[in-house]
Amino acid sequence: MADIKIPPEPSTDEPHLATGRRSPVSGRRSAAPATEGSGRMAALLVSPTLLVLTIVVLYPTLVALDDSLYGTKGLDPKTGFISDTEPFVGLKNYADIFGAAGDRFWNAFWNTTFFTVVTVGLETVIGVAMALIMHKAFSGRAMIRASILIPWAVPTAISGLLWRWIFNSNGVANALIGHQILWTTEGFHSKVAVIVAEVWKTAPFIGLLVLAGLQVISKEVYEAARLDGASATLQFWHITLPLVKPALLVAMLFRCMDALRMFDLPYILIGAQKNSVETLSMLAQNEASNVRFGPASAYSVLLFLYVFLVALAFVRLLGADLVGDDGKAKPARKRRKTTFSRRTEVTA
Amino acid sequence: MTASATWRRWLPYVGVLTVAAYCLAPFYWMLVSSLRRTSDIFDNSLLPSRVSFENYRSLLNASQGFTRALLNSLIVAGITTALALLLATFTAYAMARLEFRFKRLILTLIIATSMFPVVSIVVPLLKLFTDIGWINTYQSMIVPSMSFALPLAVWNLTTFFRQMPDELEHAAMIDGCTRGQAFRKVIIPLAAPGIFTTAIITFIAAWNEFLIALTMTNKPQMQTAPVAISKFTGATTYETPFGSQMAAGVLVTIPLVIMVLLFQRRIVAGLTAGAAK
Repeated sequence: MADIKIPPEPSTDEPHLATGRRSPVSGRRSAAPATEGSGRMAALLVSPTLLVLTIVVLYPTLVALDDSLYGTKGLDPKTGFISDTEPFVGLKNYADIFGAAGDRFWNAFWNTTFFTVVTVGLETVIGVAMALIMHKAFSGRAMIRASILIPWAVPTAISGLLWRWIFNSNGVANALIGHQILWTTEGFHSKVAVIVAEVWKTAPFIGLLVLAGLQVISKEVYEAARLDGASATLQFWHITLPLVKPALLVAMLFRCMDALRMFDLPYILIGAQKNSVETLSMLAQNEASNVRFGPASAYSVLLFLYVFLVALAFVRLLGADLVGDDGKAKPARKRRKTTFSRRTEVTA
Repeated sequence: MTASATWRRWLPYVGVLTVAAYCLAPFYWMLVSSLRRTSDIFDNSLLPSRVSFENYRSLLNASQGFTRALLNSLIVAGITTALALLLATFTAYAMARLEFRFKRLILTLIIATSMFPVVSIVVPLLKLFTDIGWINTYQSMIVPSMSFALPLAVWNLTTFFRQMPDELEHAAMIDGCTRGQAFRKVIIPLAAPGIFTTAIITFIAAWNEFLIALTMTNKPQMQTAPVAISKFTGATTYETPFGSQMAAGVLVTIPLVIMVLLFQRRIVAGLTAGAAK
């Protein structure tokens, strides 16, 4: 094999080829202890990604932390000229949210929380229902799989426009319900509009992930339960739900993280700086685009912490549950199986 | 009894149709509305009374700049996907095949970044990019997009590489390949479907990005398609050009819908691989 005349490779490939050549056997999986060569090769392969993530994620986060300690540049109202220095204000930007100026922050905070709780809750219920239907469907699987991917593929920004059209005062939503509601104006109805649009787009995604979880449950478990006389409802609560729980929790974690940073949909569907739907992401972006980087950074740091805490809570919950499930579900399954085989013996 | 039996037989079909209608109805409405004339845009009939391509014609008119926006989207999403895949292939290979210290920690960190609120990096980067004059450039959109594209690609590819049997490389290495050659000549061709699926999923994520593109651009000729559409306005605030917006929405979504229809099996496998582990 002529390995000299290689078409121009990305530069990252060369060093790892060289290391590979020096110790061909180095990184075999079967060789349990990590050899020095494998470690070096791994470092070469992994470091570009880590470097990029350091530059695009870690560094900006640290900068945001620093920026959040500074105030806004002085703006001369006559000339519109922005003075170059931002005064150091310490933790004032954080302290401000507990003062009179904090109303907008807390409103955004509660909107974000409300949207997350309600949309993830609804998505979970609808998603699980969809997964059950798809799991039962023997014909039309391909059609349903294609159609379920459509909401996922539609860009959120486009779905915002689409729903703004549907929720137009002369639009189809009002025609269907027979009322004249100005959905996209301030008020609770605008929250409803955002929730409907968000749930439409993301419930199928949960459905897809739950379906994957459903497909690995063996049929025997249900047969055994049916023989034991368990009704469909009982089977759902005591077999299906506990067994898809790991997949469902992962899906919900993803959705929560996504809902907490919601931006596109309320921004396009209702608009910027609308109290009823302003989320933390929208607030931070709005402040930043108005050159108020100090408060914007403080808000984005707080959002980051919020997301981190929710993720941590989820992982703790997830981890605890995974362990708990392994402990409980397995013996239960075995017991059912044994009952099943005993019964077959009897009938035979 | 018979009635309930018939009901039971048809129930799955009713369910399937309900799910399909739920998913497709809003999308269908976008399509139908885009084919209406401006004069009967508020017509709520299920089919346009007269199919008209008026909206598409005015949209693709060069003066609207929408084709430019589509091109911008293609450039930003394309380069983001290519870069993310290039880096992720090596990293994912190491994650799936090599043993090294802190592997779990590193993989957890990479995946954790994908859950990161984008606005937390957009705010400082906007300031930074303003200082170095990067506003209204492609790199100002591509660089922040790596923050979600790269972790997504690493995660997807790691699951794909893990599914491939170890023996493949071992055989190649026994035949005299170095690990690098085994990777290039055996693993990459065999992992092509996985890499391809990852490319589609990453591309869709990058194509759908809105917050970064909105914040980093203010010139219409540098805006990506989603941002450009969100800024379409009529002559007055009361005259939103819904027809053109819907047509633009269809044009932005159609490439994705075609990809989804062609590769649905793979995409579903890719999306669920991570969650089901």
